[in-house]
Amino acid sequence: MAGKIKVALSVNGKRRVVTAHPDTPLLWVLRENLKLTGTKFGCGVAQCGACMVHLDGVSTFSCQLLIKDLAGRSITTIEGLSAKSDHPLQKAWVAEQVPQCGYCQSGQIMRAAHLLKDHPKPTREEIVQHMSTNICRCGTYPRIVRAIERAAKEA
Amino acid sequence: MKTRTAANPRMDASRRRFMTGTAGFTFGVGLGVPALQLAAGEAFAADAKNTVVNPWVSISTDGTIAIMSPASEMGQGSLTSLPLILAEELDADWSKVRIVPAPPIEKIYGNPGFNGLMYTAGSFSVNGYFTPLRKFGAQVRLALLDSAARRWNVPVSELATEPSVVVHAASGRRLGYGEIAAFMDVPAVAPEIKPEQLKKTSQFRLIGKDVPRVEVPTKVNGTAPYSIDAQVKGMVYAAVLRSPVEGGAPDEVDDKAARRIDGVVDVLRLPYGVAVLATEPWQAFRAKNALRVSWTNGGKAWGHSTEKARAAFTVAARDPARSGVSWEKVGNAPEAMSQAQVTLVAEYFCDYAYHAQMEPLNSVAAVSPSGDSVEIWCGTQSQSMAVNAAAAALGIAVERVKFNDIMLGGGFGRRGHRDEEFVVESVLLSKASKRPVKVLWTREDDVRNGRFRPLYVQRLKAGFDASGRLVAWHHRVVCDQVLAFQDPVRYKMFKGNDGIALRGGELKTYDIPNRLCEGLLEDTGIRTSSLRGIGVGPTKFAIEAFLDEVAEKRGVDPVALRLELLKNSPRGKAVVEEVAKMADWGRKRDGRALGFAYIDYTGTQLAGIAEVSVERDSGRIRVHHFWCTIDPGIAIQPDNIVAQTESSIVSGLGLALTERITFANGEVQQKNFHDYPVPRMRDMPEMHIKLIPTDNHPTGAGQMATPLVAPAIANAVYRLTGVRVRENPMLPERVRQAMLDAPTRLA
Repeated sequence: MAGKIKVALSVNGKRRVVTAHPDTPLLWVLRENLKLTGTKFGCGVAQCGACMVHLDGVSTFSCQLLIKDLAGRSITTIEGLSAKSDHPLQKAWVAEQVPQCGYCQSGQIMRAAHLLKDHPKPTREEIVQHMSTNICRCGTYPRIVRAIERAAKEA
Repeated sequence: MKTRTAANPRMDASRRRFMTGTAGFTFGVGLGVPALQLAAGEAFAADAKNTVVNPWVSISTDGTIAIMSPASEMGQGSLTSLPLILAEELDADWSKVRIVPAPPIEKIYGNPGFNGLMYTAGSFSVNGYFTPLRKFGAQVRLALLDSAARRWNVPVSELATEPSVVVHAASGRRLGYGEIAAFMDVPAVAPEIKPEQLKKTSQFRLIGKDVPRVEVPTKVNGTAPYSIDAQVKGMVYAAVLRSPVEGGAPDEVDDKAARRIDGVVDVLRLPYGVAVLATEPWQAFRAKNALRVSWTNGGKAWGHSTEKARAAFTVAARDPARSGVSWEKVGNAPEAMSQAQVTLVAEYFCDYAYHAQMEPLNSVAAVSPSGDSVEIWCGTQSQSMAVNAAAAALGIAVERVKFNDIMLGGGFGRRGHRDEEFVVESVLLSKASKRPVKVLWTREDDVRNGRFRPLYVQRLKAGFDASGRLVAWHHRVVCDQVLAFQDPVRYKMFKGNDGIALRGGELKTYDIPNRLCEGLLEDTGIRTSSLRGIGVGPTKFAIEAFLDEVAEKRGVDPVALRLELLKNSPRGKAVVEEVAKMADWGRKRDGRALGFAYIDYTGTQLAGIAEVSVERDSGRIRVHHFWCTIDPGIAIQPDNIVAQTESSIVSGLGLALTERITFANGEVQQKNFHDYPVPRMRDMPEMHIKLIPTDNHPTGAGQMATPLVAPAIANAVYRLTGVRVRENPMLPERVRQAMLDAPTRLA
């Protein structure tokens, strides 16, 4: 355990204490220490968004957050977005059959959830601007737009 | 996570949601084939090769119908669409169907379209499995009917089926499939099915009706399993520094700093790199970055560069003394060309390109302490290649390989190479370290040690007779060889031809009487790969852009030219006419222009129109609309075909406009998404897709629109600016340079 630190933070509404090397990105703490593997590793350099989570309610690249800086902070991952996979976005994602390979979709949904929190009725332009932080190599973009619009309408 | 092996076809726990326990009758029609016991995990492989029919279906007395799905699920939807085909002819109640990924037994589950390989590629899963799966479903249905007829003592001809129910209309009696399963005698030999016994397309209840994809709910809440998520007790993480140049080997290794990093348990040499094993991924990455390694220059790729390759390929393309392997030969093109009244020549260029599947490569292997067996967790496009490669690496029988096939975070051709190098690497490291090992590639590794769509230089020549008719066509394709590197076994089967690199050079639907497409396949030592659209991308870019040059030379409209060439292809004409109508082809746009392309992709018919504008100062192309028509034959899952077409268009946009890998001194120069930009939402045109299904055999939909995009854009750019952009990607600086070189028609 040489060089490791203990950090207490809130993850999906629960207090968790993790032991990790101080410079470990939150992404790997979530995946390895907490076994929350819905958050994905895609690029490691804040380019793709597969790792997106909410930090105190704001969507953030978890590959860029170091665990040493997160004491007392509040994290929400895809696993904590809803209790029964029934967030309006998750329902809309299924209704529009958005995912293909699905690997980026946790990040896409977390990014979209942040948008709807701030702008419950986003315009098409706001959706496109907001979501362009995230890459979907399967090119599900048209369906992501439709799903966000559906969720905004049905929420 | 449970295993799924040749000897033990169980579900892994994470997929069990797709099936329930099958405690009742198990259906395994066949001669000497033990019953397929999905839940109990009984063996059936030993005698399997003598199987007369299939172990594809099991029916439980509770009515549950388990159906095997033989393809890898990497986003294209085969996990749903293949069992759906079987269920259709079985007349199964889809709500009772549970889908089980098939174990890696080629002789039973191999794709007939790939000579029996379990290989998910080429958009060939539905194409290759369609007819056998219908037959298997119909056989099971007949056996059920037969058992019901004997139970009721009525002729089979008086019986019919409704979803999962056998019905005797005369007496009003009904028996559910689950009820029949309780007393059914499984015939020793499967009943023969004649084509006329299969449903007519008008009778389909499932095919063409858009059944939701079974795994989608797991992909919105983080529970869908990918191999990067696999956790095995005692596992360590490996990060590997691989030779920057193909063929290089580690020479001097300084691992002192790496070994000092907390959590590092070992540093191991591989023939092509140095692996760091650590208790945590991040520590493994840090340690890898701390390695200091010098490399031997054993490889042919040493010194390779994009510029040099382009120059050399161009010389080869122009050298009449160099002939290539013949990809398509119709009539006598050289003779017809020599007699042509007028000829036209142009050259086209495509850069190397990278898959950028969202899940970087990874694989988990646990070799037994004695080294005589291994368990593997990986997402691969070929279950059987993975098992074979792992067995060969350890010198063990394939039955000693336990294989957990997990979903792929994208494939696009990268995960289906014969050597399955990313899987074998995990096996070798597990064996050497005597621990379960998860090898994690970083994105930078995935780029630096990627396998790429090759670099292409193409030279096309068209010959016209005195009346202006296009009578001679000569297409020379020069590129790094692909199949010889990616799959030497299939390369041999192709007798030295390259079904990946040259695909698309054929012009089956065009009425051009004399055609020659030849390939000059260069052994540059560069790692090459199939990539979405494979050779069809580069070849159709050249062909369809060149045909617009032909149209101009002839003084005819580009769409009219295609319709003329497609006079013997009603399906081809139909997609062209429809897309022209959708886009209102004849209408001029202010500051924008339309460009057209048509392709026949292994039988699937497509046409596309791009509406573009060009920023004159920067040369940046913007695509505003993309119209696309697709006739893939019978549409199994129509909405999913539309989704795949949207997806293919997005891929095509990236390859057409921004994506390129370049080499200098044998090394890849790009590193991550910041210098390998792929399309984002803000880059999307409005897409207008029309599926035009026909009653023809289904010919694939997973990547077919990708090759449409580049030629449609290039042709639109010409119609807008008067400048031919004959390079892919059409980078702003290339477009700008082309406009500077030929400013004649600029507004």
